[in-house]
Amino acid sequence: MQTEHFISTDDFCTYHNIEFSFIRNLEDFGLIEVKTIEDKPCIHEDQLVKLERILRLHNELEINVEGIDTITHLLQKINSMQEEMTQLKNKLKLYE
Amino acid sequence: MEFVDYYKVLGIDKKASEKDIKNAYRKLARKYHPDVNPNDKTAHQKFQEINEANEVLSDAVKRKKYDEYGKDWKHADQFEKAKQSAGQQQYQYQGDGGSYSGGSGDSDFSDFFSSMFGGGGSRKSRQQVKYRGQDFNAELHLNLRDAYETHQKTLTVNGKNIRMTIPAGIENGQTIKIKGHGGPGVNNGPNGDLYINFVIANDPDFKREGNNLYSTVPLDLYTAVLGGEKTISTMTGKVKLKVTPGTQNGSKVKLKGKGFPIYKKDGQFGDLYVSYQVEIPENLTEKQKSLFEELSKL
Repeated sequence: MQTEHFISTDDFCTYHNIEFSFIRNLEDFGLIEVKTIEDKPCIHEDQLVKLERILRLHNELEINVEGIDTITHLLQKINSMQEEMTQLKNKLKLYE
Repeated sequence: MEFVDYYKVLGIDKKASEKDIKNAYRKLARKYHPDVNPNDKTAHQKFQEINEANEVLSDAVKRKKYDEYGKDWKHADQFEKAKQSAGQQQYQYQGDGGSYSGGSGDSDFSDFFSSMFGGGGSRKSRQQVKYRGQDFNAELHLNLRDAYETHQKTLTVNGKNIRMTIPAGIENGQTIKIKGHGGPGVNNGPNGDLYINFVIANDPDFKREGNNLYSTVPLDLYTAVLGGEKTISTMTGKVKLKVTPGTQNGSKVKLKGKGFPIYKKDGQFGDLYVSYQVEIPENLTEKQKSLFEELSKL
């Protein structure tokens, strides 16, 4: 396994000044995936953007994990609807 | 530059307590935060206004200054100078409409804010609150053939040249985010991002639907009836097709892998669908006419 694409949760928590329990909580909600590499809990770099967005929602808007879970689902829905809208617009463009 | 009513922005009364301000800010921030309003420019703008209002009203010193000068904010500095030089005597107002140039660096804040609280640099700020820079949006127009191949493009956004790679297969309406190329952050906050929205023009020869391409080619009646060969154009060059005898008008042929490249999937392509448009001969000669009549009687 390529370890260079993983970030230790310890480093992440120190950098963002958060408790590891917060990361565990997010994992319990299925919002992120934590992997153990060389006995250390890590997160894949692909999840960084998502995790940082979650942190902003938590810190700046004081939203709890349940709320973040709901927002994440709704954002996914919005995203797929926006994609579908783009595809439909492009189909309509064929008849212009 | 216009006066900004921060109380109105937060929807609160001028007598609002610190708690009222905090609550109003939280409520509006939840509604307009960029993370819950992706790709919504209006919400981003609104969020910046709310942030600015909160920055002023939640700080006792700034709020006092704002309340004190209100709509006369343009002359706030004159008032203060007069206060100092006159040894706390009553100051005189001399409204000469002096020109103020706001701090241009604080792109997350309005000119009004910069003029009143920032830019001058003489006043101490309460605390160094970090703010992310403004997101920029740009539109990039491409033709279908440009979008077919991965290529580099240099864009000029706000006077800065940005070289970017446009991956083959990009779709009309798709947005690419270039991190950190938006407005500068405030107080060492991170820069905003640049969002590029792609507008891809229709092509006269090919229509695109997802990763598939569609084209219509004319086919003469005789080849349609008797069969033969037809050379057609694809995005990458000419291809010779075998036409089966009895080909009907509007019938389609699928050319696997001759469609559009699949976005960020190297070497994978959609298909090309070719529709035959059988052409009925016009202005027949007498001989052709009699031959068709003969055929019709068989």
